[in-house]
Amino acid sequence: MIFDLAFIWAGIIAFAVLAYVVMDGFDLGIGILFPFYKSEAERDRMMNSVAPVWDGNETWLVLGGGGLFAVFPLAYAIIMPALYAPIIIMLLALVFRGVAFEFRWRTTRGKFLWDWSFALGSLAATFTQGIALGTIVQGIPVADRAYAGGWWNWLTLFSLFTGLALVVGYALLGATWLILKTEGQLQDRSYRFARILGPATLILIGLVSLWTPFLEPLYMERWFTWPRMLYTIPVPLLVAAAAYLLLNGLVRRQERTPFLASLALFILSFIGIGISFYPYIVPPTLTISDAAAPDESLGFLLVGAVVLVPIILAYTGYAYWVFRGKVGTEGYH
Amino acid sequence: MDGFDPVLLARWQFAFTVSFHIIFPAFTIGLASYLAVLEALWLATGRASFLSLFNYWKKIFAVTFAMGVVSGLVMSYQFGTNWSVFADKAGPVIGPLMGYEVLTAFFLEAGFLGVMLFGLNKVGRGLHFIATLMVAIGTFISAFWILSANSWMQTPDGHAINAAGQFTPVDWWAIIFNPSFPYRLVHMVIAAYLTTALVVGAVGAWHLLRDKMNEPARVMFSMAMWMLALVAPVQILAGDMHGLNTIEHQPAKIAAMEGHFETRAGAPLILFGWPDMEAEETLYEIAIPQLGSLILTHDWNGVVNGLKEWPREDRPNALIVFWSFRIMVGLGFLMLGLGLWSLWGRLRRRLYDMRLLHIAALLMGPMGFVAVLAGWVTTEAGRQPYTVYGLLRTSESAAPVAAEAVAASLLAFIIVYFAVFGAGTFYLLRLMAKTPHRDEPDNPSDAHLRSAGIVPAPALESVGELQSHPETRP
Ligand code: HDD
Ligand code: HEM
Ligand code: HEM
Repeated sequence: MIFDLAFIWAGIIAFAVLAYVVMDGFDLGIGILFPFYKSEAERDRMMNSVAPVWDGNETWLVLGGGGLFAVFPLAYAIIMPALYAPIIIMLLALVFRGVAFEFRWRTTRGKFLWDWSFALGSLAATFTQGIALGTIVQGIPVADRAYAGGWWNWLTLFSLFTGLALVVGYALLGATWLILKTEGQLQDRSYRFARILGPATLILIGLVSLWTPFLEPLYMERWFTWPRMLYTIPVPLLVAAAAYLLLNGLVRRQERTPFLASLALFILSFIGIGISFYPYIVPPTLTISDAAAPDESLGFLLVGAVVLVPIILAYTGYAYWVFRGKVGTEGYH
Repeated sequence: MDGFDPVLLARWQFAFTVSFHIIFPAFTIGLASYLAVLEALWLATGRASFLSLFNYWKKIFAVTFAMGVVSGLVMSYQFGTNWSVFADKAGPVIGPLMGYEVLTAFFLEAGFLGVMLFGLNKVGRGLHFIATLMVAIGTFISAFWILSANSWMQTPDGHAINAAGQFTPVDWWAIIFNPSFPYRLVHMVIAAYLTTALVVGAVGAWHLLRDKMNEPARVMFSMAMWMLALVAPVQILAGDMHGLNTIEHQPAKIAAMEGHFETRAGAPLILFGWPDMEAEETLYEIAIPQLGSLILTHDWNGVVNGLKEWPREDRPNALIVFWSFRIMVGLGFLMLGLGLWSLWGRLRRRLYDMRLLHIAALLMGPMGFVAVLAGWVTTEAGRQPYTVYGLLRTSESAAPVAAEAVAASLLAFIIVYFAVFGAGTFYLLRLMAKTPHRDEPDNPSDAHLRSAGIVPAPALESVGELQSHPETRP
């Protein structure tokens, strides 16, 4: 098999992770913004705007993790221990924010607790996801089919910085989502936040992009050697276009463009990372084919993915359509 | 912290988190089916009490489901964080099984849950019923795949081992339908039904004790007691067959469950005792001669292996397994007893008047969970010292993570789980304490049902939709 299964699967896993970032990004972002909206009614509406989607969003995270386990077991076995503390914190944070969707409506006295659990959970989950990204980008030491570093290796200035960048970026997604899904005061406030978060995100994306090539000669060579640059140059150009659409949309109070442009920024950044990494899955040592499970495993699961993913998209599209529209004060009923 | 063994800590962490997780599916698998049955009955008969029961249990389902989801997410990452060597080696075989679980079950549940929880007025009865069915089917499919994965670890089959020491799939059919899987699937799904029946029965009993004329309480109590009476005997039968299968594939586990150290013909059935791993004997035993051989080999003089057949380092801990097994079996017979008692009450047409029966049902309410946990402890501790039985040792499966890190995470899990799921349990009990009314509201304004899941991949479509119909208001 020439175009081998491993690369198809790398594409599918990348898609799942991207779907996760794009989909859960805005709902984590709403959690991050939660403390900045003070009124109870606004918070109710904010939560209602993502409540019907959060579980589905997280399922992409299960697919990303579970998929990695299934098709790139070696990568999974190296990345997870390397990221031990951030992953555990992320999981615990997701526990806090996940249950808040239900518990918050089950109590009046304790409601503030679950508001905090939602906000801090979202913040911590995002921050640790950013750290995870930074850690993988900066490279993970491998020896003998196992992680060969210490349990604090993930903690560097760079990974903290990517953590911060993701927090700001998700908050931008959350704010632009609220612009899309709400009206009135809540929407006004979201415009105001987005006008700060938009430029901040752009600056952070810029800084991370400039920093990254200095971490690893491989990345430098990808982005700054001729004629390779010809292939990579469209990415920054498209980022510039998306940035323009975002800022312009925010100034002109367009409802839809800011959210779509923010998504585009995330997708482009993700493609940028893909360009840096390829063909590695755990830079700088482990390639996609090194980490792949045997073809029997890849083929078996691929049959299912090819048939099932379209079906999943179809019925979830239907379910989504059922709950379309702006969020009212009293939710979806 | 030199004294800590990272492998032991990782085992504790896995056992702790999975034990919390299993509590929720054990209830939601049964409850999802119960909800589907209630809605079907409502559609077929038009009786209002069925709809109000549906709405009553739906809220409880939503809270439980949310806890099941977040605790499950933790599980799927722990194979990597704590059992990375296992993940590398067994990933090619059990990874795809779990991949199928995500694709066929988790997305299905998440996709239809939203419609089921608060879409009745939006999509109409027929489609709503389909959504409820999909959620119920999703929970079953989930059990199918994860139990297949677990069973393969108990009774591995259909694989080869490659140069890197990985298990590689050879025959997927043999992997999925490995020798212990059919038994485990049947036993676990029935266990979920029994667990749910006990909870529903206890809630019914509680409200009958306060008002024996309460119509929805009567309906739920009666349905739950039917379930118990019919299914508890089946479970005992299924458990017996499960055990016979285990003798064939994991004889050391059975020896530990029975507390046998010596290999004997005509072995006794040890009812109670204290298996002592050091001394290699079961102390203080109360036993019935010959019966052990009869049950295990269906022959009065059959030979039953004892733990001394295996070197010390290959033996599971008999003390744990012996007792957890007895707790499960004892509870199984109590469940049967409760079911039979209710049948007797029905015969006398006094099912709703027998306070003692109601009190017993109330006390038995949580026992399904206890039996499920005891069953899993038997299964998993009995598999030790292996993760993949006979092939991969637990001590060789763990991740290279420092003991301090695992100790810290274990502590964090313990604190967070008790706090968060403790609060959840409190809310659940409060929901159950509410008297069910004949016209239970769909979504009372104070209690939004929000656990819904819709996979948002099509978010963009919906955005487009929103733009083209700006007048749409929910
Ligand atoms: C697909 C795999 C799988 C599934 C479905 C389960 N387990 Fe398991 N379990 C493992 C895979 C596993 C494991 C990863 O293989 C562990 C970790 C260490 C070990 O030896 O096995 C384990 C260990 C383990 C232990 C520790 C045993 C010991 O160290 O003596 C307990 C008590 C449980 N589990 C309990 C459960 C419960 C209550 C489950 C109910 C859902 C369960 N397991 C399902
Ligand atoms: C180590 C083993 C297990 C892992 C890794 C695991 C993983 C998960 C994950 C990730 C979820 C959340 C899915 C979502 O986002 O919607 C989940 C939920 C679920 N799991 Fe598990 N699980 C395990 C054991 C089990 C077992 C043994 C059963 C049943 C026999 C089971 C049945 C379910 C069900 C029915 C759900 C749906 C949510 C619920 O009902 O609470 N799981 N599991
Ligand atoms: C009373 C008769 C019962 C018998 C003889 C019995 C037998 C068994 C045996 C032999 C095992 C271990 C199988 C193995 O690891 O190879 C097992 C596991 C288990 N039992 Fe039971 N059982 C009984 C009742 C129950 C009841 C009433 C419940 C719960 C309501 C239950 C829940 C479980 C669960 C969840 C497991 C672990 C999963 C599995 O291996 O299937 N059992 N049982």
